[in-house]
Amino acid sequence: MEPTDAELIAAVIQGDSASFEPLIVKYQPRVFATARRYARRESEVEDIVQEVFIKAFQKLGSFRGEAPFEHWLMRLAVRTCYDFLRAHQRNRETNFTELSQPETDWLDKFVVEPGSADENAEAARQLIQRILTRLSPSARLVITLLEIEERPVKEIAEITGWSVPLVKVRAFRARAEMRKILAKISKEKYM
Amino acid sequence: MSSVEIAVMKPSVLQTKLIEAARREPLQDRVPYAFEKRIMARLAGMVPLNPWALWGRTLWRAALSCVAITLLCGLWTTSAAPKGENSDSFAQAFERAVFASSDQHLEDIW
Repeated sequence: MEPTDAELIAAVIQGDSASFEPLIVKYQPRVFATARRYARRESEVEDIVQEVFIKAFQKLGSFRGEAPFEHWLMRLAVRTCYDFLRAHQRNRETNFTELSQPETDWLDKFVVEPGSADENAEAARQLIQRILTRLSPSARLVITLLEIEERPVKEIAEITGWSVPLVKVRAFRARAEMRKILAKISKEKYM
Repeated sequence: MSSVEIAVMKPSVLQTKLIEAARREPLQDRVPYAFEKRIMARLAGMVPLNPWALWGRTLWRAALSCVAITLLCGLWTTSAAPKGENSDSFAQAFERAVFASSDQHLEDIW
């Protein structure tokens, strides 16, 4: 019978560091998936995941076991990703003149007939990623959690440590920021 | 108004479409080979921080420092205490200084 998360955590706190490995193995796919939402380069993703688990190990003593370990770990992962975004915000792209050919074709198709542009197309995914990289860190975080992952506002408040009204305000601003970027693309390309 | 103009002037439609595209992107949860070993190697030698243990350690250090300061102050007070003769002369000198003005006043009256 495999030990539970609580048993493994208790063993780690008592000094058995090796008991942390099964926890890494169990949760690393979810942490990788989360990190890939905020960083594109694989080296950056690996750095984020490594930092998440090192922080988790160091702060394990503060885990009180009131919520599942997974929730605590994912909150730590999202906050680490947010720190990463804030640390790299100077690298945000500044213009859209370098859209790839598939992205341009997809936009052209959307402009001519919005219904014909397929949401499953790889070009659409590349385009949304390009737009997300241009958003401010808080806007990107809130768009990802609220719009893409479709999490409730209350849960986002718990994950980020922001108040519920602050999440709503930041969501409103994030949507406006995104529309502004999309309007800029339209202006640059079609007007 | 042509369809092109409508589409261009409605970024909210494009926003909805692109958000939908992002939602449909499958989760990429692949893990590099033996990644957990790499983390465990980084964790070697580290110990999880227990906030209560940290707090207790800090309190013990503070308590020891306080005891040491108290002992040092006690030693200093004992060693710097004035000797018997000196203490008498100091007491007399202090008394003279305090009553100097009243003594002068009394001398003037007599």
